[in-house]
Amino acid sequence: MAINWFKYSAPSTFYELAGKLAPWFAWSAGILFSIGLYIGFFVAPTDAQQSEAYRIIFIHVPSSIMSMFVYLIMAGYAAVGLIFNTRLSSMMASALAPTGALFAFISLWTGALWGKPMWGAWWVWDARLTSELILLFLYFGFIALHASIDDPRRADRASALLAIIGSVNVPIIYFSVKWWNTLHQGSTVKFTGTSMHVAMQQAMFITLAACWLYAIAMALARVRSIILERERNTLWVAELPEVRS
Amino acid sequence: MNWGEFFAMKGYGFYVWGSYGVALLIFIVEIALVRHKRTITLQQLRLLRDAEKGEEGAT
Repeated sequence: MAINWFKYSAPSTFYELAGKLAPWFAWSAGILFSIGLYIGFFVAPTDAQQSEAYRIIFIHVPSSIMSMFVYLIMAGYAAVGLIFNTRLSSMMASALAPTGALFAFISLWTGALWGKPMWGAWWVWDARLTSELILLFLYFGFIALHASIDDPRRADRASALLAIIGSVNVPIIYFSVKWWNTLHQGSTVKFTGTSMHVAMQQAMFITLAACWLYAIAMALARVRSIILERERNTLWVAELPEVRS
Repeated sequence: MNWGEFFAMKGYGFYVWGSYGVALLIFIVEIALVRHKRTITLQQLRLLRDAEKGEEGAT
């Protein structure tokens, strides 16, 4: 089967494709969130040690994982844009950054609200928490640096470099609970299996899938505005029905 | 289990609902911002087009 993937690396065709796909991703995200949280709150049992407070897990863990994945994908797109000089990849990196930053913020916020009843502190300068905070600042740095340079292609190159260097922080966050003696608990879900109740696992994986779909929907919707802005002098943008009207 | 008990979360209600409430708020605000950005971008494109048409008419 011959699908010409390069066709969609052109901003004009991708603009149309993103517009068709975004609502599907958004609605399936909403449905999966509802199913995941239903299982998380009504099927999953109370935790023996953390009582009902553990239910924060169904938003805390997915958003923490997403904050790291979105960063890596953003850095990947930025790197492709830097190396192959492809405009659309750089635009995708810019479209992902705000969503990634929001996931990092949700991770820190829900972590604080979990830390207070469990550890007795909203915040500690623990390796896991500190490296996640640095991740949030890296997102801010990427967005601010891109916004501070007028020429978009130069802004792409400068912020790509920042994104690539900053990606060193992601494995540090992930392994921080192993490398250092952290207050933050270690991973419950490991490649070798887990001690978690099956309903807790289901709820967590479903909300994680929902966060993935949400992030994709937001990036696709956001990149459409970026494409329009940066291609505003082209004929295809001028001829779009939504611009002509 | 009644609803009062459910929302109390055995005394952890503030922490649990504080987490989900803020996360939900962030999602709603992000969706609104993305939509707003699209409206603004399209408006600017139309303004740009009208300005160019005006220039063509003047020369």
